[in-house]
Amino acid sequence: MSIYVRRPGLFTTVQDTGRWGHQRFGMPVAGAMDGFSYRLGNCLVGNKPPLASLEITLTGPELEFQARCVCAITGADFEVHIDGVEIAPNRRFVVRSGQHMWFGGLRSGARAYLAISGGFDVPLVLGSRSTHVASGIGGVDGRALRAGDLLKQGRMPDSVLPRVKSVPPRVKLPKGGSEVRVLAGPDSQFFDSVSAKGFVQSRYRITEESDRMGYRLAGEPVPPSDSANMISTAVPVGSVQVPADGLPIVLMADHQTTGGYPRIATVISADLPILGQLKVSDWIEFKFCKRSEAIEGLVAQERTLMAAGD
Amino acid sequence: MAANLQVKGLPDGWTLSYIGDCAIAAECEQEISPELNNQVMAVARRIRHRECPGIRDVVEGYCGVTVYFDPLRVDIALIISNLRLEIVRGCEPHNCSSDGRLVRVPVCYGGIYGPDLRDVAGVAECTEAEVIERHTAVIYRVYMLGFLPGFAYMGSVTPSIAVSRRQTPRLSVPVGSVGIAGRQTGVYPSTGPGGWQLIGRTPVMVIDLGRPMAFAFHPGDKVQFEAVSSEVFDDLSTAV
Repeated sequence: MSIYVRRPGLFTTVQDTGRWGHQRFGMPVAGAMDGFSYRLGNCLVGNKPPLASLEITLTGPELEFQARCVCAITGADFEVHIDGVEIAPNRRFVVRSGQHMWFGGLRSGARAYLAISGGFDVPLVLGSRSTHVASGIGGVDGRALRAGDLLKQGRMPDSVLPRVKSVPPRVKLPKGGSEVRVLAGPDSQFFDSVSAKGFVQSRYRITEESDRMGYRLAGEPVPPSDSANMISTAVPVGSVQVPADGLPIVLMADHQTTGGYPRIATVISADLPILGQLKVSDWIEFKFCKRSEAIEGLVAQERTLMAAGD
Repeated sequence: MAANLQVKGLPDGWTLSYIGDCAIAAECEQEISPELNNQVMAVARRIRHRECPGIRDVVEGYCGVTVYFDPLRVDIALIISNLRLEIVRGCEPHNCSSDGRLVRVPVCYGGIYGPDLRDVAGVAECTEAEVIERHTAVIYRVYMLGFLPGFAYMGSVTPSIAVSRRQTPRLSVPVGSVGIAGRQTGVYPSTGPGGWQLIGRTPVMVIDLGRPMAFAFHPGDKVQFEAVSSEVFDDLSTAV
């Protein structure tokens, strides 16, 4: 019933939909950086609701399966072999006991998800299995995987796996960068027209000081007007905060629950998965959109998931 | 483009605004005051009890409540009307009396436990004993949690010892350290970097996920620090 980690990869963590309901205690939500690919993988292996998967970052692991396992790999496009035979992403496949799964080169995107039927069985912490490395909570001992870890597979559902109604369309993966849609504010009053214009006309780069907590961007500074007296408040994922130096920071899945910098914009939920597929030195261009477009984007993603058996 | 929602009948000073497509913030005047924070707590408590479908989280801050939701499963109009109703109610004086618990926190001040106590006394131009006296004399209010899981922003420290953050933050502040940053005070829930002036340490774990009550401090709680000797600190440390 186990999966042995021969090689952990660069940064592989257990993630699910996140640890909701405890932000009032300062507990970050965490969860999959590309929530769409995470859910797609779970649909494909018949986990309903979605269960814990592995989030695989830039360099993948090498795993030895000690039990038969129904799997799917979604998100970033890696070369993946099972006992030397390459397998295709975004579809269900079976790995038999004794087989090896090997992740090779990354072709596009940044984060892949390995979903297994029954999910990865790590202890529930405050209602979630997501790893939050900064506070050492969730997943495998609150950390990224290490060589020698033994991962348990959750109980497989009794029901027959759902028929996949259609092979999902190839998920658009950014290569080198992407446009990202945002809604204005909530702190637009701190940004004059020059800053607001600069924000959407510039091409930003994701700097080295970026991780699951947030992406620090380099490019055209868009400094806020005096905001020294701003009182800290709750901040959602996707918030684009701008400290005094004018360089935006996009809050990602592991972000702190509160912040005190003015927020020029907020990334729409439908584009958070794209952000999750970007990596250091990739570019980002922000584009304001309408609220209705934000919702339409989410509806379109739901349709894809339903077609995949959700 | 404006994220502000036009809602009729809101009490003076309150606004509702969207934050992206999955949160609405209800905010009062941007001012740190126990009265306003009481109203915030009352609104949050009532919204939480209403259990609207699609709500993921309700988070209190110094001056507002943020409601997180799943945009495809929520009835936004219902959330807005509930928020309006609860803000009106929360602003009625008899509804916003603080019902926070009183949490007592034993602290061993100074020495290895409070390496900045001497500096704080120096800046405040008083003795270390007087800093301890002034820090324990006030019953603090938990205005908000954030920064780290379980980290409570408490206020307000009496102005005479309200020393600002250290110039250079420490790379490692021990778990349980009690610090001052201006008029705020707080307890570090875990060992890690931090810039507050450390005046003491508590043996009480402010976060313990194995406990039924995982977090020692809740938004709206009252907190009183009590000075204990290093012997008592050691006894309590081995007890927990």
